[in-house]
Amino acid sequence: MIRIDEYPTHEHNGIPYRCGRVQPFGASVTSGGGINFSIFSRDATKCELLLYHYGAPEPFAVIPFPEEFRIGHVFSMIVYGLDPEMLEYGYRFDGPFDPAQGYRFDRTKVLLDPYAKLVSGRNRWGKEPDWNDPFQHRGCVIMEDYDWEGDKPLEIPMNDLVIYEAHVRSFTKDVSSGVRYPGTFAGLLDKIPYLKELGVNCVELLPIFEFDEFENSRVIEGRRLYNYWGYSTVNFYAPKAGYAASAPMGLAADELKNTVKQFHKAGIEVMLDVVFNHTAEGNEQGPYISYRGIDNKTYYLLTPEGYYYNFSGCGNTMNCNNSVVRNCILDCLRYWVSDYHIDGFRFDLASILSRDQNGAPMTSPPLLETLAHDAILGKTKLIAEAWDAGGLYQVGSFPAWGRWAEWNGRYRDCLRRFVKSGAEQGPELLWRMQGSPDLYGNRCAEASINFITCHDGFTLRDLVSYNQKHNLANGEENRDGSDNNDSWNCGAEGDTDDREILELRLRQEKNAVALLLLSRGIPMLLSGDEFGNTQFGNNNAYCQDNQISWLDWNLLEKNKDLHDFFKRMIHFRAKHPVLRRSDFFRDKNSSGYPEMSFHGTRPWELDESQPFLSFGVLYAEPKADYGTKEDAFIYCAVNAYWEEARFELPSLPNGMVWREIEYTGKEGRANRAIRDGAVSLMPRSLMLLVGKAET
Amino acid sequence: MFAYDVKKNGTDVDVTLTGRLDGAVAPQLHEQMVALQGQDIKNITFHVKDLEYISSAGLRVILFAKQKLGADTRLYLKDVGEGVRSVLEVTGFDNFVEMI
Repeated sequence: MIRIDEYPTHEHNGIPYRCGRVQPFGASVTSGGGINFSIFSRDATKCELLLYHYGAPEPFAVIPFPEEFRIGHVFSMIVYGLDPEMLEYGYRFDGPFDPAQGYRFDRTKVLLDPYAKLVSGRNRWGKEPDWNDPFQHRGCVIMEDYDWEGDKPLEIPMNDLVIYEAHVRSFTKDVSSGVRYPGTFAGLLDKIPYLKELGVNCVELLPIFEFDEFENSRVIEGRRLYNYWGYSTVNFYAPKAGYAASAPMGLAADELKNTVKQFHKAGIEVMLDVVFNHTAEGNEQGPYISYRGIDNKTYYLLTPEGYYYNFSGCGNTMNCNNSVVRNCILDCLRYWVSDYHIDGFRFDLASILSRDQNGAPMTSPPLLETLAHDAILGKTKLIAEAWDAGGLYQVGSFPAWGRWAEWNGRYRDCLRRFVKSGAEQGPELLWRMQGSPDLYGNRCAEASINFITCHDGFTLRDLVSYNQKHNLANGEENRDGSDNNDSWNCGAEGDTDDREILELRLRQEKNAVALLLLSRGIPMLLSGDEFGNTQFGNNNAYCQDNQISWLDWNLLEKNKDLHDFFKRMIHFRAKHPVLRRSDFFRDKNSSGYPEMSFHGTRPWELDESQPFLSFGVLYAEPKADYGTKEDAFIYCAVNAYWEEARFELPSLPNGMVWREIEYTGKEGRANRAIRDGAVSLMPRSLMLLVGKAET
Repeated sequence: MFAYDVKKNGTDVDVTLTGRLDGAVAPQLHEQMVALQGQDIKNITFHVKDLEYISSAGLRVILFAKQKLGADTRLYLKDVGEGVRSVLEVTGFDNFVEMI
């Protein structure tokens, strides 16, 4: 079929063009061999399209949009005769400059298309840019085709997830990773077998949308610090080119799509950490990259005097509930789901997304409602970091419409405190292990993302090795990073040869992760924790592109015991559906026992309202209810006390016997039968037992 | 700089590619692939020993050939250099071709 509207009607210095199509936004190759450019600006009085040969300092064409090409607030044109592979493009807008009224148009600035699908300028991570180039981040055109060979988002049931948080570059950059393409999307591929064997089924990647690693970059004591984590978005539709081994060939999009496809083949979902709460343009002192010069008043939350509200702590705040911005965010997420087959999103500082255009919190934020009910996102996982830097804390109250899960910061705090003998946390821990029905009782345990560690804060190894943060390497005199870590160094700060301290640290790591994986709710692990990765006490390594952040895979062999423990616990969780039930059911099931119950050192006796350091949790998992191979009981004895404790075990039905499965203390004997009805646990240890039919 | 040569021997086709296969020259090769459609071709071999560089457009022409010539046609890349091999691996395009 031939289109009858694919011929040029205008010409500019020999370049043919015509009126374009308002949709889709961005730059897209048309069937007639042209490139359609479409961009929104409500307050601009004039718009120009600038076309560059790849890498050239000056444009080869500057084409003003004729007024007759504008529909509503959208400018569009189709340009012919361009080679998409060798093209870079940008826009200039004219309009009022009156900051007090929110207008900051500057017709000397060339701006990045917010809907560009690839961005050039930072193709090679860490390559010093040309600081004289006034147009650093440029739009590029990609073929938005890909042969997925039947792949689609995996739709693994939420309650079956074991999430693994990783930074693309940190994960494989160190030479110890042994991958072919270190620090890249392709680098992740070589670790898929490792992750599959570990048993995780969801990888959550720190920001992979295009960002500028040179933002706020500085040199401290001869070492360059970068905007390393990437919580500062330059463009929401482009994968970070510097994370792609094939970026110099313009193939970052294909490389990321292949990475997602291979993860899916291995049964692993891919989730993205997304940062809609602010952009890389900062406050009034920040650069013109994109939004500020396109439509400042639409995209940013502004004070009545025209300054930038700073609920993000990063200089500006996106105007997320503005109807145009809402659509942008929705378009973006739909794009990543449909074109990259992304399985879910974790929203950084998500409480900002519940603020209105004046910054006030809303009870029914239109953006969150839109995302919760969107057709294309209907099976996509939505996870909120349910707080912001402006005082909102919404853990347990994030506007959810039954769809949004939350990073359960209260789980993290409670577990950390209990494990280092915080007895007063005992009663709360019982709620956390149930999936936090006190927070999510009107929903289900799938709303609770349980975690001990994440990119913010200590690694698990450091959580048990340091009382204080050690962030001097960040160049902020150790003022940055949290002081409330609920960590405990087990007797010495940092490196030590003391064998008992090292054994205690290992025990504490195992205790923590066992409790996490035996809790209802959705567990999340931090990459590298499973082999004791350390950041040497740095709990805010956002700027460290070096061995502080890079995972040390040599530790895998050194800490094999810990790694194997993680693996066994993850597989244990996968094998026992009672742990993954999400409706908070605890009553008697067909076994005749309560499905989930708590005990003291004597069975069926625990004062859940008083502090305690020793307790047991019993799960009853009858095959009739769960479709498993055989009836089973799971009992975990937890001794966070600094003395030995003896636990009497709950009686099992006739014909069943308790067997030790895991013991974090010394001299564990896997599969040993317990016939005297009791077990002794050394200080600060945990024992996992399973009751099954005697064979 | 790009050059190509297409030779048909019965049901086998040999395509020699030299230089840089990018968006500027890919359409020429694409036309050659289109011309092969509908013919009885069992094997098509791209000889790429002297192919220095392949871009997104170049990859797509080769993939297009695989798709259009049909499932019964085997597509080979012969003597793939290191640079081209890397590109094929990281983008997953190596799954669609057989490298010999």
